[in-house]
Amino acid sequence: MEIKFERAGLLTTVQDLGRAGHRAAGVPSGGAMDAWALRVANLLVGNAESAAALEITLMGPELVFSEAGVIALTGGAFGEISSWRPIAVKAGERLKLGALTRGCRAYLAVAGGIAVERVLGSASTDLRGGFGGCGGRALRDGDVLGTYLAARTVTEHWWIDERILPDYSTAPTVRVVHGEHADEFEDAWGEAEFKVTPRSDRMGLRLDGPALARKVTTNLASTAVAPGTIQVPPDGQPIVLMADAQTIGGYPQLAHVVRVDLPLIAQLRPGDAVRFRVVDLSEAHRLIATQERVLGLLREGLAGKIRDR
Amino acid sequence: MRFAPLGDSALVVKFGASIEAGALAAVGDLASALRAAALPGVTDVVPAYTTVTLFYDPAAWIAGETTPYAALLHAVAGVTKTWRMGWEQSKASSSKGRHREIPVCYGTEFGPDLVDVAAHARLTAAEVIARHSGAEYRVQAIGFAPGFPYLVGLPKELETPRRSSPRTEVPAGTVGIGGAQTGVYPMKSPGGWQLIGRTPMRLFDAARAEPAWLGVGDVVTFRAITREEFIAWK
Repeated sequence: MEIKFERAGLLTTVQDLGRAGHRAAGVPSGGAMDAWALRVANLLVGNAESAAALEITLMGPELVFSEAGVIALTGGAFGEISSWRPIAVKAGERLKLGALTRGCRAYLAVAGGIAVERVLGSASTDLRGGFGGCGGRALRDGDVLGTYLAARTVTEHWWIDERILPDYSTAPTVRVVHGEHADEFEDAWGEAEFKVTPRSDRMGLRLDGPALARKVTTNLASTAVAPGTIQVPPDGQPIVLMADAQTIGGYPQLAHVVRVDLPLIAQLRPGDAVRFRVVDLSEAHRLIATQERVLGLLREGLAGKIRDR
Repeated sequence: MRFAPLGDSALVVKFGASIEAGALAAVGDLASALRAAALPGVTDVVPAYTTVTLFYDPAAWIAGETTPYAALLHAVAGVTKTWRMGWEQSKASSSKGRHREIPVCYGTEFGPDLVDVAAHARLTAAEVIARHSGAEYRVQAIGFAPGFPYLVGLPKELETPRRSSPRTEVPAGTVGIGGAQTGVYPMKSPGGWQLIGRTPMRLFDAARAEPAWLGVGDVVTFRAITREEFIAWK
């Protein structure tokens, strides 16, 4: 099936769950900022969780589908358009996704998955490196993407239990584990509220709040960082590194956002607020185990509801 | 050696002072050993300066009462211990590391700041070229951009502060000096370094099986080539 982008939207890119194995070469893992939403979107249309889909930012595209198919929208919300459930589209149907009414990023999965050449093992778009996805760039007006062949139908009317969704919010409290240099800073950051500044993107969110003063002045050798790492540069304003962040960093590491709360960060817009709450590593791992169980149950629950024709 | 978590999906191995002397070569070597161990759920092994960081999926290490981190740590500590014994024993005859020679066309339109670097060092441009290409460098880390090497070994007299106004676009392959560092921009990007030449080699190519041409622990030298050789390079 072909998807024509009459309007590409503000920043629409092809993403999957990212590329593994190339961080040592300086290539970020990349992939969907809200990986959970992308996985669920794929499950909802009968795809493998890691199939390529569209990541839509703030202002969505206007699309025309060449054939009948099944799509799903997850993550941020587009007003009245249904999210978190499969939608049947007809041949020639036009879908006009305007501005997101909630959240920062939405995911559009299509039955079969978006078909693009895989680079370094992934369909994700590395914007800075200029490779992957749709030619290493965001979608433009007039672009056409194909999907892999999949003729599926959705049976019955049903919906996802909202209780399994992440606790999306415009002012979330995000769980973190301590970073290596946490004790070089006063504890007050645990009580503080930070605002997301406009200087935020897929590489990371720059936060504005009470300046975090470092108690020591030692120079740090650069070391590996991870998506979710919260660094504090000399100006004391924390940066939460995300999917496309550089792989090496030399700033003090205050804390790391736990994996299950990365979706909360991914949905923050400039102007939104965020607080942090420290949990221990065992708790962070328990949260991952629970999330995987929930997705497993969702997978089972969906089996039989989306059928190949 | 010390071990610590980096968030809930990574583990860091830190070299202590006792390994200092050979640290640069050791870090890359340990990373290779850890990759070769192919521990389940480990997707990336990233060496940098004095650390090696493993990225893992906790789901692959959930087993009974042991936490995923403790289980992975046990396996990593085992591999590291074995590696260390081998490293200590072979230190005397250990290879210096893979050698990579980077051809560079210095100056001309490829190195617009060569004259400034020379003036800052109170040397002639020819002397700057001789000293830059006469030194031996070691790759300490790869990051900042895909394939970008952090090199140690720049002769002190060539250290030059970054430009006060960074350029919005530095061509791919440009060789530069920024403070006490020298390196090569693998891709076009903005940059504040002093640009002294360009290499026709592709330090990063997403289409290659090994996309980054340099690795941590590599010994790097630069070789001056002419403009004609640059243009003719395949």
